[in-house]
Amino acid sequence: MGEAIVITSGKGGVGKTTTSANLGTSLALLGKKVCLIDTDIGLRNLDVILGLDNRIIYDLVDVVEERCKIHQALIKDKHFEDLLYLLPAPQTRDKSAVNEEQMCKLINDLKPDYDYIIIDCPAGIEQGFRNAIAGADKAIIVTTPERPAVYDADRIIGLLEKEEHIEAPKLIINRIRGHLLNEDEEMDINGVTDFLKVDLLGIIPDDDQVIVAANKKEPIAYDPNNRVSIAYRNIARRILGESIPLTPIGEERKGFIAKVKKFFGARV
Amino acid sequence: MNKRIQQNVMIKGTKDGFMLHLDDSCSFSELLKELAAKLSENYQFQENDPVLSVKLHTGNRYLTLEQENQIKEVIHKQKKLTVSDILCNVVTVEKAKRWKEENQVTTLNKVVRSGQIIEVPGDLLLIGDVNPAGTVRAGGSIFIMGQLKGIAHAGFYGNNQAVIAASIMTPAQLRIADQINVAPDQKKVHEVKCAFMNDDEEIIIDKLHVLRKYRPNFNRLEGGL
Repeated sequence: MGEAIVITSGKGGVGKTTTSANLGTSLALLGKKVCLIDTDIGLRNLDVILGLDNRIIYDLVDVVEERCKIHQALIKDKHFEDLLYLLPAPQTRDKSAVNEEQMCKLINDLKPDYDYIIIDCPAGIEQGFRNAIAGADKAIIVTTPERPAVYDADRIIGLLEKEEHIEAPKLIINRIRGHLLNEDEEMDINGVTDFLKVDLLGIIPDDDQVIVAANKKEPIAYDPNNRVSIAYRNIARRILGESIPLTPIGEERKGFIAKVKKFFGARV
Repeated sequence: MNKRIQQNVMIKGTKDGFMLHLDDSCSFSELLKELAAKLSENYQFQENDPVLSVKLHTGNRYLTLEQENQIKEVIHKQKKLTVSDILCNVVTVEKAKRWKEENQVTTLNKVVRSGQIIEVPGDLLLIGDVNPAGTVRAGGSIFIMGQLKGIAHAGFYGNNQAVIAASIMTPAQLRIADQINVAPDQKKVHEVKCAFMNDDEEIIIDKLHVLRKYRPNFNRLEGGL
């Protein structure tokens, strides 16, 4: 029996879809069978990031309204033999095309066949959000280290607390810019976790290659040397229960004096 | 044994004025009749007499609002009498519950997050933070063992003696009774601060020891060492 994990954030543009695609890919690279579900009906993106957009025939609403069987709508990612599937969202409907019970049923139907079901949640707290969390067992909150995103994450965590079927959410801090951390211009990692008071699952540095990868329609997680890819793969291993320390982000300060100062814990 | 007929209405004089003891075993209509008779036979008021306030004690009889009004009407027929208070040995379960709630401290261990509203009838002891756009409300005072970053509203039902104390006081807004204070940006200092209303009905934030001066009756512990 697999487990369903919803990736959510409240605010848009913090990297929910990128995280969904890369965590799904990373888990598949670790040999797990994964189904990604895009619940952003009307504004789908996950198919594009995975490079599967030209292969959509049936979608989530077709499955729910029983115009097709689940396996007909699932798109297999050809990077893998039989590990990574996507259930795309329709582009021509809106969030009210699906309700919570239908989502629960859909996810329960998928659970026996997959190790992980990753649900990409739309921005906002309306019907799309309610649909996305309805069938989830766990939740991952994605935020960036800036106040608007963190405040929205706080609101989302508050809403998730009311859902008894979901475990306490875990946090991914995305798009951390090392040079801003060093200049104290950004909320630092401790600042965010102190504020939200939830467990940290991972931190992802900001990297131009993520945008390049999105344009190339291939998730960054396939690149074994990129730091973002490594961060996602580490998160995937943490999801599997391994204990992997966080890789610190921040431009290394060159020079002996700086190292000595750092050794004594002084701010430069 | 008392041989004479039981009096249903007894009038007693006290320092503060008259007290009417109303018997609780007779019927209500009997009581009304006797009250009217007793008042009209005993008191003949002159035009320039001062207005006398009377208190009522109804013993173990519970009066509905309508019955209270009927009794008041009978008494107010005597032009120089006015009912100042109605005392009673019994209260409704509902009222008793409310009293209890308004006088108890509710302990809560959580982070009050954006969009969440916590409301308690009495005092609130929160072990955790109030995040921005989170709200805590209490009929009484609010004590926060954590950082207050959102809105705290003490004395929600109008009690302007209520106070707000927080380990780290950096509120978005403080409200006490009907006063609102948009707090200026406070530095994050690890020192317990409290907010209360001063004599000019302004909410001020100050160090904890100042509270004793403004709210000498705040302590509930009597005696002690």
